[in-house]
Amino acid sequence: MNIYHAIFRSSLGKKFIMGLSGLALVGFVVGHMVGNLQIFLGQEKINAYGAFLKSMPKLLWAARIGLLACVGLHIWSAIALVRENRRARPVAYQVTRSTASFASRTMIWSGLIVLSFIVYHLFDFTITPEFKGVDESGRHDIYKMVILSFSHPLSAGFYILANTLLAIHLSHGFQSLFQSLGLSTGRFRHWFQSLALVLGWLIFVGNVSIPTAVLLGFGKEVL
Amino acid sequence: MNLTLKVWRQKNADEPGQFVSYQAKGISQDMSFLEMLDVVNESLMTEGQEPIAFDSDCREGICGTCSVVINGAPHGEQKATTACQLHMRHFNDGETITIEPWRAKPFPVIRDLRVDRSAFDRIIQSGGFISASTGGAPDANAIPIPKPDADTAMDAAQCIGCGACVAACKNASAMLFVSAKVSHLGVLPQGKVEKDRRVLAMVNQMDKEGFGNCTVTGSCEAACPKEISLDFISRMNRDYAAAVVKSAWNQS
Amino acid sequence: MLPDSKIPSGPLASKWERHKFDLKLVNPANKRKFEVIVVGSGLAGASASATLAELGYQVKCFCYQDSPRRAHSIAAQGGINAAKNYQNDGDSVHRLFYDTIKGGDFRAREANVHRLAEISRNIIDQCAAQGVPFAREYSGYLANRSFGGAQVSRTFYARGQTGQQLLLGAYQALSRQIGLGKVQMFPRTEFQELVLVDGHAKGIIVRDLNTGALSRHAADAVVLATGGYCPVFYLSTNAVGCNVTAAYRAHKQGAHFANPCYTQIHPTCIPVSGDHQSKLTLMSESLRNDGRVWVPLKSGDQRKPWDIPEGERDYFLERKYPSFGNLAPRDIASRAAKEACDAGLGVGPTGYGVYLDFADSIKRMGEPSVREKYGNLFDMYERITGENAYRQPMRIYPAPHYTMGGLWVDYNLMSNVPGLFVLGEANFSDHGANRLGASALMQGLADGYFVIPYTIGHYFASHTQHKPSTTHDAFGHSETQAKARIDRLLSIKGNRSIRSMHWELGRLVWEKCGMARDRAGLEEAIATIPKLREEFWHNVSVPGEAKGVNVALEQASRVADFMEFAELLCRDALHREESCGGHFRTEYQTEDGEALRNDEDFAYVAAWEHQGEDKAPALHKEALDYQEVKMTQRSYK
Repeated sequence: MNIYHAIFRSSLGKKFIMGLSGLALVGFVVGHMVGNLQIFLGQEKINAYGAFLKSMPKLLWAARIGLLACVGLHIWSAIALVRENRRARPVAYQVTRSTASFASRTMIWSGLIVLSFIVYHLFDFTITPEFKGVDESGRHDIYKMVILSFSHPLSAGFYILANTLLAIHLSHGFQSLFQSLGLSTGRFRHWFQSLALVLGWLIFVGNVSIPTAVLLGFGKEVL
Repeated sequence: MNLTLKVWRQKNADEPGQFVSYQAKGISQDMSFLEMLDVVNESLMTEGQEPIAFDSDCREGICGTCSVVINGAPHGEQKATTACQLHMRHFNDGETITIEPWRAKPFPVIRDLRVDRSAFDRIIQSGGFISASTGGAPDANAIPIPKPDADTAMDAAQCIGCGACVAACKNASAMLFVSAKVSHLGVLPQGKVEKDRRVLAMVNQMDKEGFGNCTVTGSCEAACPKEISLDFISRMNRDYAAAVVKSAWNQS
Repeated sequence: MLPDSKIPSGPLASKWERHKFDLKLVNPANKRKFEVIVVGSGLAGASASATLAELGYQVKCFCYQDSPRRAHSIAAQGGINAAKNYQNDGDSVHRLFYDTIKGGDFRAREANVHRLAEISRNIIDQCAAQGVPFAREYSGYLANRSFGGAQVSRTFYARGQTGQQLLLGAYQALSRQIGLGKVQMFPRTEFQELVLVDGHAKGIIVRDLNTGALSRHAADAVVLATGGYCPVFYLSTNAVGCNVTAAYRAHKQGAHFANPCYTQIHPTCIPVSGDHQSKLTLMSESLRNDGRVWVPLKSGDQRKPWDIPEGERDYFLERKYPSFGNLAPRDIASRAAKEACDAGLGVGPTGYGVYLDFADSIKRMGEPSVREKYGNLFDMYERITGENAYRQPMRIYPAPHYTMGGLWVDYNLMSNVPGLFVLGEANFSDHGANRLGASALMQGLADGYFVIPYTIGHYFASHTQHKPSTTHDAFGHSETQAKARIDRLLSIKGNRSIRSMHWELGRLVWEKCGMARDRAGLEEAIATIPKLREEFWHNVSVPGEAKGVNVALEQASRVADFMEFAELLCRDALHREESCGGHFRTEYQTEDGEALRNDEDFAYVAAWEHQGEDKAPALHKEALDYQEVKMTQRSYK
């Protein structure tokens, strides 16, 4: 057996890569959300959190590179799998009647939109932020940057849309990865299904709460 | 009752096909779906026209030969039922029914609704067996098998190899078929000896045939006339991972 | 003339052991020089192909289905018998042997049946080793059930899909050999002609059902494992593709056809609902363990079954056969149902049905227990009839199911044509005039796994005729014949559908040569069949061309053989002036309506020799010499 082939070329191997990289990204998404939610604890907390992260550049960069690799593997496996899937049915059915869920049928689309959002989001908040202001302690004023950005309905809308899709993506992806890793048998299947649904909702509520709150007037005092 | 059928007609693999409409008249509710097609074919043949080619044999839901997609559903919408056991009482008078062949690259159309499913045979040939040549077997009770294991094996072994899972899957994936055989043999003590080799070989052959990948939509399970569970796919993924790790370990 | 049946001498119990030693062997290094053609991929064909390849022979296997896994053995539900005596209930090889001989109404060969009973034990071992998921107890040991009226529990089963699981076991063994390149598989390929070279079977002509191309295949021996001929009745429990073509065309090439009149009618099938029907569906015989069979006492009673009070029902099996009751053997139960319907007591829209009632069992065990035991069968019944059998009795009626007759073979399973071996349902040898439940799977696998591997080597070692070249004249001649036949069918361009011709033939054979037969009816059938044949060859419509897929041509070609074979079936039934097993002649019955055998004059195998088109076949008799068993009247009262 050729190990490289068994992992990177076989259908099951690619699903494994997709599942494992997905799992890592889910970890990031949850961590990122928890971190961001500190915004509701006030300017001081969130800015301190940002400064804390920046205080350990080596770790930060390791995480960034790791995440980038996961994103890369996730996208690579997705594209490879989707191409194979398309090739497997060259002639489409005249009548289609799918029993598959909306989330499962639209993984590639929800994934691609979320990806484009991530790119935008990175430029908006990390790489080339328009707002470079600092707070009283001289830290990057993340609080104000977020409130400023989400005060634009367009920007907040994109954020909400992307996170809705992310939640949908995860509600299927998170249970699916356990299937790909071979853990989803018997009653575990139902557990993972419920878990994925709960996770999807949590991410949705957690992430969307921030722009929604801003649109509803949260943090107006810094504008 | 009277029905309008839109049937895929294709002379052979090389020529393009198209839908042709037929009227099915005087259909009895007690007919099976394939008997309804028989009636249409009989009238076509007496008019000197060539009948619609479709596969069927046992007509009692066990041989797995019949393979038509009815209004977008492999074997029709009735749960746990093959097309040969689907009866016309589930349709309404005047209805239009679209009938298509299994659609998948590894299942090329031979003619009309007949497809070539030899890819499934090649997957079995690659490793879907226990290498027990005739003659050397110990007494059948020499190896006790826990009843739950025997039952799980039987649940998987029920697969009739019809290919509805492939036809239903949006990716034309054969994972349910392959995993049913991997699981059937893998849970039995007799099959454990070759477990790793089997799963690696069968997955490899499945990929070579050009089937798509599993995105866990569950369409295969829903379409399966024997209600084979998605659990087996998960089990195969696990077996595959274990086999890759073990094999890598042994090679190093 | 019939050749010697090659039954070994000596005591019955050691015949096979001794014979195996007497059989010549082929040197292992030489085995790959021999090529075997196997036609059919059911239990017998797949097991034979796999095992011969394992031994080192070169094998080519042919089937008309799209995969060898779909052969009709797959539909067997009940189970497979084996004299394991795992239940410690008094079973033994001798008891299985005796039950099978008695069940066959003393019309089978003692030596063959004994061998079958001996081998039955190895089959279970082999199948368990292959991973057949037989039912098990909590101990992890194999479960057994009593089946088909046997007094011991010797039936092994895999839910209601035993045939499927055994076939998949054989198919997987075969697939392994295909993967190893030892077997070349030809699916969607139909047998056309047997090729004889110097009197030996040395090849076949086949038609590729995808391309329509005819091709020649030469070998050192030809094995037919092509199943039975039930679709001669048109409606039967067989698959719609089952046919007599290979056996019958081999018969026309000189192979004798033995006991065609022994046909089995299974008592528990779903009744015919209309003329459109393409096949009948069997409901497992196990239903008779808990269902009670009855008809109304009054003829023409139109009331719903639940409105008919107990006192106005006739539980006719329990009444006639108090000790076996609803579990009476298949032939007896079927005939009793037919008699009730013929007397106008039948139920359902056609009047050809009897009730199989579970009300008492549901009361006794509760619906959940009945559901657990028979749920899948009740579901199947509902799918087909739209009726819920938990609420109202099932309707059942007998249907043709299995044919005991087949090509004549000797103890080595070789026909009178040297080099032509016949296995499984296609031969005649082990079931006599009636087959017991769970014995067909046993025989198919016995022949394929454990008999042919020994006996075919003996043929190779004893003869010098080897595989000829396919350019031999005999191949050219056979191919021309096959082509001419196809061209003739395509040139008829008549008005009648193939199905209507088959239906008409089947109806005639069913009425005149079905569950009950008499001289007048059989003579009428023998006079009518040639007319039907004439009509077929002049007025049937076979559209399309010889090239490519031609469904009509496939069907017409099979029906054409049934048109001839039906006559042979009726002739055999006419000549056998006795009643035995599945062959019931109304002229020969006891006072209380049971089969009346005539051992004095008919204790023989009737082997028919083809004498040419439109000529009556010649009868050869092989006396049945019983050493161990005394022929008695079967009684299940």
